[in-house]
Amino acid sequence: MADATLVVTGADFLLSMVETRWAKRNGSRMESKAQLELEKIEQQVAKLQSLAGQSEETARQIEQLNQRLDALRSQVTGKLTAWQRTELARHPQRPYTLDYVERVFSDWSEIHGDRGFADDPAIVCGMARLQGEEVMVIGHQKARDTKQKVYRNFGMPNPEGYRKALRAMKIAEKFGRPILTFVDTPGAYPGLGAEERGQAEAIARNLREMARLRVPIITTITGEGGSGGALAIAVGDRVLMMENSVYSVISPEGCASIMWRDATKKELAAEALHITAKDLDEMQCIDGIVPEPEGGAHTDHEAAAALLSASLQENLAKLKAVPIAELLASRYNKFRQIAQFFRAE
Amino acid sequence: MAWFKRESGELDTSGEKKVRTEGLWVKCEHCRQIIWKKDLEDNFQVCPKCDKHFRIDARARLAQLLDDNQYEIFDSNLVSTDPLKFVDLKAYSSRLKTAQTDTGLKDAIINARGKLNGRPVIVSAMEYSFIGGSMGAVVGEAITRAIEQGIESKAPVIIISASGGARMMEGVISLMQLAKISAALARLDEAKVPYISVLTDPTTGGVTASFAMLGDLNIAEPGALIGFAGPRVIEQTIRQKLPQGFQRSEFLLEHGMLDAVVHRKQLKSYIARALNFMAA
Repeated sequence: MADATLVVTGADFLLSMVETRWAKRNGSRMESKAQLELEKIEQQVAKLQSLAGQSEETARQIEQLNQRLDALRSQVTGKLTAWQRTELARHPQRPYTLDYVERVFSDWSEIHGDRGFADDPAIVCGMARLQGEEVMVIGHQKARDTKQKVYRNFGMPNPEGYRKALRAMKIAEKFGRPILTFVDTPGAYPGLGAEERGQAEAIARNLREMARLRVPIITTITGEGGSGGALAIAVGDRVLMMENSVYSVISPEGCASIMWRDATKKELAAEALHITAKDLDEMQCIDGIVPEPEGGAHTDHEAAAALLSASLQENLAKLKAVPIAELLASRYNKFRQIAQFFRAE
Repeated sequence: MAWFKRESGELDTSGEKKVRTEGLWVKCEHCRQIIWKKDLEDNFQVCPKCDKHFRIDARARLAQLLDDNQYEIFDSNLVSTDPLKFVDLKAYSSRLKTAQTDTGLKDAIINARGKLNGRPVIVSAMEYSFIGGSMGAVVGEAITRAIEQGIESKAPVIIISASGGARMMEGVISLMQLAKISAALARLDEAKVPYISVLTDPTTGGVTASFAMLGDLNIAEPGALIGFAGPRVIEQTIRQKLPQGFQRSEFLLEHGMLDAVVHRKQLKSYIARALNFMAA
């Protein structure tokens, strides 16, 4: 019992230290360190909770500690800078499309190839079921180990990838199945072969064709939404962003090296570009934010998948209730009315 | 006695020069020959010696394509609201002001209604000298409105691209213009109204990856740089030198991305020919 009181006092002390420091620095920098400290305290408290034979007093104290922890944690994650979000969006342990496929869908059956040139492993397409409902799943695919990363081309598709995606979408359209796309790419691959085979044309065609596909489309930005390479599979009736994903016209590094002539100004650029889910929501460029587990999707794949699944099911149910003509009209109007940041003089 | 002593003091330089040569001659950046400016102007701003197509502005485009240089400009009053309040080394708002003063335009685009060989057409011409012809909310909206005009009036739509791509200073808002314009083009397509995309030097990035590649016909001027990624980015990615002529019009034609490469002199007649085929 004495042990428990001691740990509670210790945790209480540590927590107040973090709280004061947090208050002092007022949300500028070093949040990742704060996160680490929080994790440590959390572990202690969890251990404490698991100890048998606590008095009511200790239980109450633990409860209080947990509340303070929650408050602090949401403050810390809520105040992540745009660059920190970018780092989270690119976190190597972040769930990728196939991680979600495994957890959110059943009866996954992949389809390959663009029928013209090759199969592009940077985009995966396949038939799957969402809670029993047949859907077409299309998403960028990144990887974790070097060999796989090269195989997946770091999630940067060639034109074949976009053409495969469109082919899969047309199959879905033909058989009246909804399309769910998952976006996580640094961008379309800027390579010699990609240019030769018409990267721009492949992206452009997808944009036009997705605007008029006669089935519901839900897009989720799960990690990095890298410019045209992301948009090419992201013209949806609903475009959702996961809490820690980013969506931008150019990477912060690219922007920094062009506009500041200095790639190390990436943090400034990330801020200036307004790339976080909250930013896009405020500018009404997206339809919703999918929450992630505390600390980010990489901390708990199961929980992240569950949250995503819930959001997909809810949105799909709503879209399926809309007659197709109306759906197409509202998809058009949504993109027609998007990003109207001009005035007449 | 000094042979070279000037007797009447300094030379008088105050009077007006009789012969002026500056501004009369230009050097072709391609063949390095000196061209008389008048020759260049008479030749549609194409080098008479090597056929290098000089960059021309949006107004010159309209003058070359539309009958008797007669046209009506529309939607020229749209101005960006600088939604991100973007500041890099310089504020975007001040870049906009400078560009507006320099070009006399509000943004990098001119929409015009006119006639091409007697046929009413809608032309949207991009202005490269306005922040690299980049596309933000205003350019995106203007082009969309031009397409909608085409749908409404059934007049063929001609978009002349000259752009570095999406405008970085408007962030993701610029990106969204790609989707907006492409969606409008889907409607134009369904209305069976002709759309001719003319790609000029340079057409890259998000502009190529949306409306510039979606014409019923995609035609380009000779030697224009056309691509998705810029050549420097590609070189850095693949770490090797790019082949000669890479991403030029002729290269794209060879790879099946263009319907034709057309000399500026023939551009108007080529488009007229195509519209005769496409429209009643």
